[in-house]
Amino acid sequence: MNAPLLRAQNLVKEFHTGGRWSGSAGVVHALSDVSFDIEPGETLAVVGESGCGKSTLARCVTALNLQTSGTLLIDGQNAQDLLRREPLRFRRMIQIVFQDPYASLNPRRTIQQSIGDALRLHRMCKSKEQRDAVTALLERVGLSSDYLGRYPHELSGGQRQRVAIARALAVQPRLMVCDEPVSALDVSIQAQIINLLKEIQKALGVAYLFISHNLALVRHISDRIAVMYLGQIVEIGPADAMRRNLLHPYSRALFAATPEIGRDKTAATPMLRGDVPSPINPPSGCRFHTRCPIARPRCAQEAPLLRELDGRQVRCHFAEEMLPAA
Amino acid sequence: MSALLQVEGLSVQFATDRGPVRAVEDLSFSVAAGETVAMVGESGSGKSTAALSLLRLIEPAGGQVSAGRILFDDVDLLGLSSRQLRGVRGSRIGMIFQDPMMALNPIFTIGWQISESLREHLGLSRRAARDRTIELLQRVGIPAPEQRIDQYPHNLSGGMRQRVMIAMALACRPSLLIADEPTTALDVTVQAQVLALINTLKDEFGMAVLLITHDLGVVWETAQRVVVMYAGRKVEEGSVSDVFERPEHPYTRGLLKTARLTDDRAGPLVEIPGTVPNAFEMPHGCRFAPRCAQAFARCEDGVPPDIKVAVGHDVACLLAERAP
Repeated sequence: MNAPLLRAQNLVKEFHTGGRWSGSAGVVHALSDVSFDIEPGETLAVVGESGCGKSTLARCVTALNLQTSGTLLIDGQNAQDLLRREPLRFRRMIQIVFQDPYASLNPRRTIQQSIGDALRLHRMCKSKEQRDAVTALLERVGLSSDYLGRYPHELSGGQRQRVAIARALAVQPRLMVCDEPVSALDVSIQAQIINLLKEIQKALGVAYLFISHNLALVRHISDRIAVMYLGQIVEIGPADAMRRNLLHPYSRALFAATPEIGRDKTAATPMLRGDVPSPINPPSGCRFHTRCPIARPRCAQEAPLLRELDGRQVRCHFAEEMLPAA
Repeated sequence: MSALLQVEGLSVQFATDRGPVRAVEDLSFSVAAGETVAMVGESGSGKSTAALSLLRLIEPAGGQVSAGRILFDDVDLLGLSSRQLRGVRGSRIGMIFQDPMMALNPIFTIGWQISESLREHLGLSRRAARDRTIELLQRVGIPAPEQRIDQYPHNLSGGMRQRVMIAMALACRPSLLIADEPTTALDVTVQAQVLALINTLKDEFGMAVLLITHDLGVVWETAQRVVVMYAGRKVEEGSVSDVFERPEHPYTRGLLKTARLTDDRAGPLVEIPGTVPNAFEMPHGCRFAPRCAQAFARCEDGVPPDIKVAVGHDVACLLAERAP
C-alpha cells in the first residue's frame, strides 16, 4: 500500500505562557493527540471555533511551529528530518495560503517580484523565463499580465488572495494548507476563490488541508472533514457520511448554530451554553462536557477516545444516541 | 401611521486627499416600532456609514451628511444641537458595535461604564445605578454579575464583552437599537446566543432593531424586513420572505445564490464575477451594471428608479416590473 501524502501521528503542541513576570505560568494545550492522513489530491477540511487549535495545526503541518511531540510523515519521510536536511524540498512539497492576503504579501514588492522571488529561490526556472512563468501563474489564478507591475495595495482583497495562491503554486506543491482563505473576503468574492481552488485541484492534483470555521461551506467542498474542539479531533470522516448525519454533539451544535437561509425559523435549534473553555485548563474527562446538551456524570470523569461508528470516527461516549433510529 | 425612524434621501460624504467620496447616496428607508430591519451588503456598500450617520457618529472621521433627513419620532436628528443629540444617544437610541473591545473603555470597570448612562440619562443615584446594572448584567446572561460588575473589559471573553455592550445599550430602554455587525467578531455558537438574546430583549422591551450585517443567514433568522445595499445605494428593500423568495435585483439574486450552499458537490459554487467598483470611479448609471449579466445599454445612462414590484417591495433595476 502506498504511504499517504501526509500522515500526522499523535501531534501535540503546547505553548508556555506567562511565568516570569505575570506569576501565572501556564501551558496552553493547543493540540492534543491529533492524528489524520491526507491522500494525494484530496481535500481534508478542519473546522472548529477559535481556540480549537485549527490554525496551530496548520502551522505545525507547514513547520512554522514545531510540534511538542508526535510525528509528521510526508510521503513516508519524517518531516523534521526532511526539513533539517533539505529545507527547500520540504517547502516545495507543502505551501500555505493565509487568511489575510494584506498581511502575507510584501507591500513594497510588485506582484512580479513577490511571485518571482519564490521561483528564483527554488530555482523553478531560468531567470530570463521568469517573467513568462509569473505570467502563466497569474493566468492560472485568473489575473492578466497587467498585474505584473502592480503593488498589493492596488489590488482588491480577492485579487490579493489570488496572488497569494499563485505564489504558493509557483513551487508546484503537492499539499496546500489553506488557513481560512476566504474568511476575510466578501461573500460574492468567496465563491470565486473557492471555485478557483477547486479548479486548480482538478487540473494539478494538489491536495488541500482546508482550515475553516464554516461547517456548511466545508461540507460543500471537501472529501473528508475533521471537527476540532479544544485541541482535539472530536469527529472525522468522509464528507458523504458527515453530510448524512453528524454524530458528535459538538459537530451538531456547530452546524446548527451556522445561520442558514431557508431554515425553518420556528424549529428550536439546541443552543450551546457559555463560551469555549480556556485551553490552559481544559475540562476533565470529555473536554466538551461543560457545554454538552447530553452530558452525564461519566463524561466529566472519563475522557472518550476516538472510535469507529457509522463510517467515521467520533470521540463521544454516547454517540450511538445520535444515530437515526433504525 | 408614521414610522419610528424615517430616513429620507440620505447622502453621506467623506473628505479625502483625492476629493470627496460619497459613501452613501440618496438612501431612504424606515423602521417601524418593534420591528427588526436588516441592512445587508458587502464591504464598501455604505451600510455601516449609514448606521453611524444616524447618530452623527461619522463626524469625527471626517464624514458629513450632505443631504437628506433622519426623522426619529418625527424629529429631524440632523437639526439637533450636539447637546440635544446627546440626550437621544444611549437613551432613546442604543447602539452596539462590531468590536466590543474597541467600544469599551479598557481603564474603567464594566459596571462603571454601564451605570454612567443610567446616572446621566435617568439621574439615578450611584447606589441605584449599581443595583440596576447588576440586574442588567443578569438579564443579558452574565453569570455572577455581582463579581463581574467590578471587572475590566480585558477580564471578559468576546461573547461576554458583547453582552456587556448590549446591557449598556439597553440600560435606558431605548425604543431603537442600532446593531452594527454585532456578531461578526464572535464564534458561531456564541453568535447564536447573542442573536437570540437580542431577539428576546427586543420582544420584552418592545424596541425596534436596525441590524447591520453582511450575513444573509443572520438576516433570514432574525429580521422581518431587509434593505440590500450595493456600492452606497439601496438596490432592493422588502420583507425578508419576499426578498429571499422572490429577489428581483440581479445583485440580490446573485448574493442569495452564493450564500445558499447546497450539498451538491458536482458543480462549482455560483459566483458574482468582478469586484465592487472603486469609490472614485463609480459607474454613472446603475452601480452594479459592470458586474451584471443582464445589463444593457440603458443601465449606464442613469440611476435606475425604485420600482414597486409588490406591496412594500422596491427594486432599483430597469428590468423589474411594476406591480399592476
